[in-house]
Amino acid sequence: MAKKAVVEATINGEQTEFLCEPRQSLLEVLRDELDLTGSKEGCLTGDCGACTVIVDGRPLCSCLMLGVEAQGKTIQTVEGLATPDSLHVLQQKFLEHASLQCGICTPGFLMSAKVLLDHNTRPTEAEIRYALAGNLCRCTGYDKIVRAVTDAAQTLASGTGKGSAGRLGSGPSAAESTSQQFLQGQEVK
Amino acid sequence: MHAINYESPKTIDEAVKLLATHGEQARPLCGGTDLIIQLRAGVRRPEYVVDVKNIRELRRIEFSMQQGLRLGAAVPCIEIYENGDMRKYYPGLTEAAHLIGSLQIQSRASVGGNLCNGSPAADTTPALIALAAKCRVVGPGGERMVPIEDFCTAPGRTVLQPGELLVEFQVPSPARNSCDAYLRFIPRNEMDIAVVGVGASVTLDLGDEKISQARIGLAAVGPTPIFAREASQALAGKRINDESIERAAQLAIAAGSPIDDMRGTAEFRRHITGVLTRRTLAKAIERARTGQTSR
Repeated sequence: MAKKAVVEATINGEQTEFLCEPRQSLLEVLRDELDLTGSKEGCLTGDCGACTVIVDGRPLCSCLMLGVEAQGKTIQTVEGLATPDSLHVLQQKFLEHASLQCGICTPGFLMSAKVLLDHNTRPTEAEIRYALAGNLCRCTGYDKIVRAVTDAAQTLASGTGKGSAGRLGSGPSAAESTSQQFLQGQEVK
Repeated sequence: MHAINYESPKTIDEAVKLLATHGEQARPLCGGTDLIIQLRAGVRRPEYVVDVKNIRELRRIEFSMQQGLRLGAAVPCIEIYENGDMRKYYPGLTEAAHLIGSLQIQSRASVGGNLCNGSPAADTTPALIALAAKCRVVGPGGERMVPIEDFCTAPGRTVLQPGELLVEFQVPSPARNSCDAYLRFIPRNEMDIAVVGVGASVTLDLGDEKISQARIGLAAVGPTPIFAREASQALAGKRINDESIERAAQLAIAAGSPIDDMRGTAEFRRHITGVLTRRTLAKAIERARTGQTSR
């Protein structure tokens, strides 16, 4: 067995150190060593995007990067999107638009969409679909995902951004605040 | 994946030493978008994975009108289309890099890896063929330059000998009134492998009415990427009109030897080769006429 390497990286804003064998992918490291199970294994061939994370500002498939390559990098995963006080506007819009069913593709979509909105505040539908082309969904047919990303872009552009969109109980429906409660680890009654 | 040793050399010499020492037991790693899949599938089982992304010469994009382009083999596609010089002076190569896979793949995949993987359907290779790129290869015995159209020898096979490393591509400075373009046909909208890919570069005479020089590269219509030599030469000195373009398209079709596979039949590929050759030439000509690469 090859020697384990010590790797230092910044993950979701925190300086992190982990041990891994060279053969472990970043996805395996995130899920198995760091308990960051938000990133999902879908295909292991870079076709489905379920494992998408952001490394040094760029979206990539964590299944196609070795854990040892993370040395010195800045990594964002889906676990880093929400703050203790609020969901990321993308998460909020995915809920409002019911842009997920089984949810396994959702973390990957959120990360790809985040990179898009970080660079393009007014994406057209074509630009959204192109930016999300590396993420596959078997449940939703993509329509509601595209609507959610469009809505999130408009919300960010109009400046009513993260804070208000994510606040608990800001939406009218009972189902919505139930989802928020669940996502924030609160007991759902 | 089997157990591997990971090496991260900082210089070309270090990398070549590692590759020469371990021979078939070592494989260079750039973006990993082909290699890691192969490692997982057991198709390749090297003991040593040599990460070449930390070697300066393999990561640089250097352009000047005097020297032309030196494109490091390990530069990821995303850095190519983020680069203003690449978009302006080599838009065909840039659009090829922007077509590979998805944005996630483009964050990692490199042009050097695309070539060395040896797929006949590699998107950036025909664009480089059109640009008359030369490959700088460094090995234990020294350096050599390989014309890009000679680099791939069979599906998955290249001219690289054990111990040799592809370091960079050298592309001539674009001539005045010249430009390139790349188009491909895929069954889906994105995320697919070329059924046919065509890269073309044209240089126009001063009046913009004649092609003084042209080069056409083809993907996915043969066992390797193809330099459509006759089609290219047939355009030299010709007036730009339907007749000369059509003749080049027919010669490009003849240059390929496509097969039937799940993405298309040989007949379909021949037809699409003609269509894309016409369209790619038209695009390159239009760009050359706008003079975007002139000083």
